[in-house]
Amino acid sequence: MDIDYCEKDKLLTFKITEEIDHHWSEKIRRQVDNEIERYVPKRVVFDFDKVTFMDSAGIGMLIGRYKVIKMLGGNLEMVNVKSNIRKVLEMSGIPKIIKIA
Amino acid sequence: MQNKYDNEMTLEIASKSNNEAFARVTVAAFVTSLDPTIEEIADIKTAVSEAVTNCVIHGYEGKEGIIKVNAKIIGKKVIIEISDTGKGIENIDIAKEPLYTTKADLERSGMGFTIMESFMDELKIESILGLGTKVTMVKNIKEN
Repeated sequence: MDIDYCEKDKLLTFKITEEIDHHWSEKIRRQVDNEIERYVPKRVVFDFDKVTFMDSAGIGMLIGRYKVIKMLGGNLEMVNVKSNIRKVLEMSGIPKIIKIA
Repeated sequence: MQNKYDNEMTLEIASKSNNEAFARVTVAAFVTSLDPTIEEIADIKTAVSEAVTNCVIHGYEGKEGIIKVNAKIIGKKVIIEISDTGKGIENIDIAKEPLYTTKADLERSGMGFTIMESFMDELKIESILGLGTKVTMVKNIKEN
């Protein structure tokens, strides 16, 4: 996972490169939470360009990060989401709470 | 003697989270001969991943065990059975409810069975407490 932080906009971007299943979601969760606590960003963007697979473990991981980021006063967005992943997201109602560009 | 199925495969894997990807990729490769669409393949991979993850997290609760993945092809129909000999499900109707989870502390979403049910054409869950769980899923690959 590539992580990029821009101080000016307090923007933290995570370029996720793993398939998001139960195995990887725990690793992603740990790393993302560390960076969020370090930077306390106003905006967090998950770039899904390299994500080819996500199952319901991803739903749990995303809702969990949404809560952490909200609690610290920030917003979570997702970009470059592929159609098969969008299908999983839509089942869970995530597009209602997380902006998907 | 003629085989009842056009093709069949069985995979036995240790109950480890890094085998979730191996199981879904293997089943996806097995059904390729039916010339499925990218969407059909994605549906199957997601459903298999959900079922195998359930065995790891719920069936064996992170402990050792064997997960059996069997796939059969009859015409354009794919039948996938995923089973464990773990703890079993107390109440299948409740377990199937969207958002119901016994592992909220692990940030589980409770969407596993809902995804299996909607991404596949048929879903059957059989479970005996203390003996294990078997999930059978069917997907009909459309003629392109």
